[in-house]
Amino acid sequence: MPDIFFSHSIDQFNILFNNAKKKSFFDSKVNEIKNIAWDYFLSTGLPLHRRGNEEWKYTNLNPLSETKFTIDADIDIDFSSITKLIPFSDNWHNIVFINGNYFSKLSENSTKTNDINIVPLSSSKLPDEFATLANPDLSPFTALNTAFFSEGIIIEIPDNNKVSKDLNIVFLTSQSSENLATFPRVFLKCGENSNLNFIESYINLSSGNNLTLPVVEIVQSKNSKINHYRIQLENKKSFNIGTTRIEQKENSNFNSTTFSTAALIGRNDLHVLLQEPHSTCGLYGLYITSGDQQQDNEISTTHVKHDCTSKQFYKGILSGRSKAVFSGKILVEKDAQKTDADQKDLNLLLSRDCEVDTKPSLEIYADDVICAHGATAGNVDMNTLFYLQTRGLDLETAKEILIRGFADEILDRFSPKDLHCFLSDYIDDIIPELRDQSDTIGTF
Amino acid sequence: MLKVKNLHACVAENKSIKILNGLDLYIRKGEVHVIMGPNGGGKSTLANILMGRPSYEITNGEVEFNGKSILDLAPDARSHLGMFLAFQYPVEVPGVRPWQFLKASLDAKAEANREKKISVREFTKIFNQKVEEVGINSNLIKRSLNEGFSGGEKKRNEILQLQIINPLLAIMDETDSGLDIDALRIISDGINSMRSNQRSFLIVTHYQRLLNYVKPDFVHILVGGMIVDSGGPDLALKIENSGYKDYIK
Ligand SMILES: Nc1ncnc2c1ncn2[C@@H]1O[C@H](COP(=O)(O)OP(=O)(O)OP(=O)(O)O)[C@@H](O)[C@H]1O
Ligand SMILES: [Mg+2]
Repeated sequence: MPDIFFSHSIDQFNILFNNAKKKSFFDSKVNEIKNIAWDYFLSTGLPLHRRGNEEWKYTNLNPLSETKFTIDADIDIDFSSITKLIPFSDNWHNIVFINGNYFSKLSENSTKTNDINIVPLSSSKLPDEFATLANPDLSPFTALNTAFFSEGIIIEIPDNNKVSKDLNIVFLTSQSSENLATFPRVFLKCGENSNLNFIESYINLSSGNNLTLPVVEIVQSKNSKINHYRIQLENKKSFNIGTTRIEQKENSNFNSTTFSTAALIGRNDLHVLLQEPHSTCGLYGLYITSGDQQQDNEISTTHVKHDCTSKQFYKGILSGRSKAVFSGKILVEKDAQKTDADQKDLNLLLSRDCEVDTKPSLEIYADDVICAHGATAGNVDMNTLFYLQTRGLDLETAKEILIRGFADEILDRFSPKDLHCFLSDYIDDIIPELRDQSDTIGTF
Repeated sequence: MLKVKNLHACVAENKSIKILNGLDLYIRKGEVHVIMGPNGGGKSTLANILMGRPSYEITNGEVEFNGKSILDLAPDARSHLGMFLAFQYPVEVPGVRPWQFLKASLDAKAEANREKKISVREFTKIFNQKVEEVGINSNLIKRSLNEGFSGGEKKRNEILQLQIINPLLAIMDETDSGLDIDALRIISDGINSMRSNQRSFLIVTHYQRLLNYVKPDFVHILVGGMIVDSGGPDLALKIENSGYKDYIK
């Protein structure tokens, strides 16, 4: 139904797409995927209609559709200081993208070692599974990413490898970026009996309104184990709408912890498919919003086969007039007997004007299943504040300690030490702002 | 050290609920005072008001600590002066670890009193030593403050805080309730070891058994928001035998 919204949401990407096409150096196979994705996007447009659209009910994308984006970016980076502004460690295997471009100066040279094979997407033969987990027709944003990506990274871990170095991929938007759209793309395949710690971050150093649309696909073979960490540190004018798809084969273990904050509209759409028996997956997340920000968490787990365990545990801290959505789905298919699934979403609301919409959705078609869920939203408790004050902490400090304490349960799951320090400092820096925008703590 | 004169207080949000109705109490340095009284008499309210809980309003009277009026001071400022309250119902504080919390507490006090902050190493030494003395499981103490602690563990944790913060006046609201006999011993030993001519105690209790271990200088009976009787340790024995019926009209 072509209406004014619809054409509006297509027009600007139309121009961009023609630009992008001129520069494309991909082979015909890739271009074909891209064309299919583009056609799909043309048929849907951006999801601006919220009524009757469960997935976008709480999210107003008009600010996004009203912004004109460009895909041409300069790189203006002061290398000497950059590593302090992003998750970075000499102990890690670092891969850095700046404004959508692979940045070799900060990325490890030897990307092909015995235990891991890391190749920029533009110089790699695409694996068979590429764009099959995150199909272009999954959502308008997956379609846009697929139509537009110009670079990304393909990671393959051969069988029987415990990758010793943590893999750190940073997608950075540089200081002076304005109206820049980037389309990060990651494909990771972890071989049988292999292990990996994988950090993925989206850091925006600019104050402009930018758009980041990442798509990440992860295939986990039998008996493999991945610890995944995803960090979204945006700016208050920008959009970050990410899609992550994971497929787990037999007896594999996927643990993911995310930290999402500071976008005008941020969305973390994460789906894990437990395709074969005896696997476990734990999805943890912390989201912090203030001002006029919004953060959506679209978290879903599908149990296809028996004896799998899954957990979703998210926590939110909201202040100002900000909004957050936690939409947690658990689908247990009919062959998924002995499923053990657990979901929890806890929120700390620091102001009267903030809002969290928690939508648990459990669809269960097997009968021998344990499935639990719970959600809360509360303020900082007056009694607790008094308790801390009687121990000599002033009211402001007591509030900060309680906010920090609430965050720590998730924060402490960021096991790589340098990452934990980075995030810990980041959170300490933003807590005073959250506190200052709060009007509920300290009231009865 | 502590002078409470003609204290009247009500619930801040509902002034028709009057809880303290002209209470007087005078505690000198080094003394141990015990307050007993029937449920709902106002013991916890007194303890909380002394520490500055904002949910009560003082309608009349005065409270001085070491010669200084404290009624306008925030709870943290009272703490910096050397006052401490062990809660009847210690609060669970998720995500806040006892070590960090107590270090922050000492640092805040040092800062307020322009003293030197204790080093991490020295603090850790004291902390570990006190944890052992008070008999708190060392794994438990690594977790969130009071979260998931049993009733008795919470009370032990109050004693741990008391011992580390080392106040001049320790107000203890039913710290002995819900304790097993070993814990009661530990807590009494804790109090006795801290007794000095510089430090005073105000102990709220329902049980004479605590007084087998801790010998008070004075025992007061608080009924209907007033001290209706005061005496020595014998008064507690008398209450143990005959209850409060003589005091309740
Ligand atoms: N914030 C409040 N709002 C309403 N009523 C209150 C409040 N605080 C105390 N009260 C009432 O004041 C009275 C005294 O309460 P308080 O807790 O001081 O008693 P107590 O002597 O400590 O009793 P117990 O021995 O049971 O601990 C009670 O009737 C109680 O219900
Ligand atoms: Mg009481």
